[in-house]
Amino acid sequence: MYVAVKGGERAIDNAHQWLAEERRGDPSVPELTIPQIREQMRLAVNRVMAEGSLYDPDLAALAIKQARGDLIEAVFLIRAYRTTLPRLAASRPVDTGAMVIDRRISATFKDLPGGQVLGPTFDYTHRLLDFALMAEGGAPAPGAPTTGASPTAHVPHVTGFLNRDGLIEAASPDDTPPPDLTRQPMELPAGRALRLQALARADEGFVLSMAYSTQRGYGRTHAFVGELRIGRVAVEVDIPELGFAVGIGEIELTECETVNQFRGSKTEPPQFTRGYGLVPGQSERKAIAMSLVDRALRWQELGEDFTGAPAQDEEFVLMHCDNIQATGFLEHIKLPHYVDFQAELELVRKLRAEAQAMQEAAE
Amino acid sequence: MSDLSPQDAYNFAYLDEQTKRMIRRAILKGIAVPGCQVPFASREMPMPYGWGTGGVQVTAACLVPEDRLKVIDQGADDTTNAVSIRRFFQRTAGVATTGATGEATVIQTRHRIPETPLTEGQILVFQVPIPEPLRFLEPRETETRKMHELEEYGLMHVKLYEDVARHGQIATAYAYPVKVEGRYVMDPSPIPKFDNPKLSGSPAIQLFGAGREQRIYALPPWTGVVSLDFDDHPFETSKAPHDCDLCGAKDSYLDEVITDDQGGRMFVCSDTDYCAGRRARGMKGRLWAPEPEGAA
Repeated sequence: MYVAVKGGERAIDNAHQWLAEERRGDPSVPELTIPQIREQMRLAVNRVMAEGSLYDPDLAALAIKQARGDLIEAVFLIRAYRTTLPRLAASRPVDTGAMVIDRRISATFKDLPGGQVLGPTFDYTHRLLDFALMAEGGAPAPGAPTTGASPTAHVPHVTGFLNRDGLIEAASPDDTPPPDLTRQPMELPAGRALRLQALARADEGFVLSMAYSTQRGYGRTHAFVGELRIGRVAVEVDIPELGFAVGIGEIELTECETVNQFRGSKTEPPQFTRGYGLVPGQSERKAIAMSLVDRALRWQELGEDFTGAPAQDEEFVLMHCDNIQATGFLEHIKLPHYVDFQAELELVRKLRAEAQAMQEAAE
Repeated sequence: MSDLSPQDAYNFAYLDEQTKRMIRRAILKGIAVPGCQVPFASREMPMPYGWGTGGVQVTAACLVPEDRLKVIDQGADDTTNAVSIRRFFQRTAGVATTGATGEATVIQTRHRIPETPLTEGQILVFQVPIPEPLRFLEPRETETRKMHELEEYGLMHVKLYEDVARHGQIATAYAYPVKVEGRYVMDPSPIPKFDNPKLSGSPAIQLFGAGREQRIYALPPWTGVVSLDFDDHPFETSKAPHDCDLCGAKDSYLDEVITDDQGGRMFVCSDTDYCAGRRARGMKGRLWAPEPEGAA
């Protein structure tokens, strides 16, 4: 007697209910609040904002809570929400030169105008578990400045110094409106603007591994961190009725510019070249990785050889860097496929029967 | 989320009208050039890529409040993802839904074409994972687009020929490639090749949506669709060589259901509406017994 596979609707309801319980965990432990996540899980919030392409720390914190800390799931929640939002205006390009710096380092110069500012970094911490944190309630020792030393000063870009001597490729300003990959289908070959856009929302792990592969020789680009800066920039929008731009707030950004050795090619003289990374929030691993991948993808423009390295391959990188696309397609194989599987079963049975018949005939 | 009245929070059928317009333009272009993959600016939907976002966007762009929607996955109305997508449109569009193929005006499907012949005025929306029939022969989109432009399908024929040389037959059981009106080679989505003949000359509009891959393509009514083959190895459909054990149908595509761990199995129609309809008309299969009282 066959019991039909029914009850999908009820099963889904029950699964959702169980999920809600699991999300909450032990009810005797106080529930996480959105401000707690926003303030104390800030780097997770940053990652969700960057890959979700939506700068809203509260919503990102909510997504993290709802997703039980699964950051890709949280990014997905933000993406699905963001796509329903109306476009009110496009901001003016932000001026990272006018950034209020929290952190700014250069690996290529010992000291430089604007100074080296370490800022809140894990870099020189010893990775020892701090059991004091388990005790909870302890406030950090006072005395550390919370903002940069020179909040108002214009901090020049390091690559600008090199540019003055013509030692680094010129980055000429370009006012072409960039394409928008959230509103137009991706078309290949993509320009650099579209590539950077895709990389800025790309999965951090994917971009990291791609960048790492260039360091290990798969499309080597000889990168130095010319400059890495983290801080807040003003966002300004032109108001046509007023005839001038109005500041609508500020966002935190991480910007990385690499300076890459370059011996010259068939088309370009020997000079330093650039890779660029810009990511919302404090996301310096991603920004550095992005700038390496950006540089690797520029082989054609700089007259270099294509060595077949994955990080040089625009189509490979752009078509596989989005974790929401990747996770959806990967996980869809959980869905029933029994119709296809049945068709395969019939085929394999038929092929086996024929192979067996041939073998028997041969014997 | 269930507290929030979706009718208030979101536009009819979820997508905003600008987005629907963009999708409709792609659909119209697809209908004008049957079998040609039209890029469209696919949106993130509230369900994952790979779970029918292309089909959902096409359905959302086609739905009007008077529509009656049917959603099937693997031929069945009650598989979990079909339930989920049907609910999505119940909530966001408030349209009537049905399990009956004949009563539906829009049918969204994954991996099957209903057994009941479609009629004029119906729209069949396929969910497509990989729209490019040449993808597994040539991974680069830049190359495959060129191949379609030049009508350069030699690679596909070589693949089919290699199948014949190696296995004595074309070893493709589902997503079997077709040629549309003598021009574009098209992926019919992962339907079993049993369903391929239903693609051709259908009175219904057939629309294909691939969300993650950002492509829409279409077969307008009465379009000629030919499954690729060779003169000496003609295309053949295939199904399990049995009758349905519930309704006795000889002509429908069957699922194999394992009933015990002793090798026992039964075969049932994958199209649940077709099977239930036959049983309602009194047709019985080998193992049919009415469900006991109280069983779900």
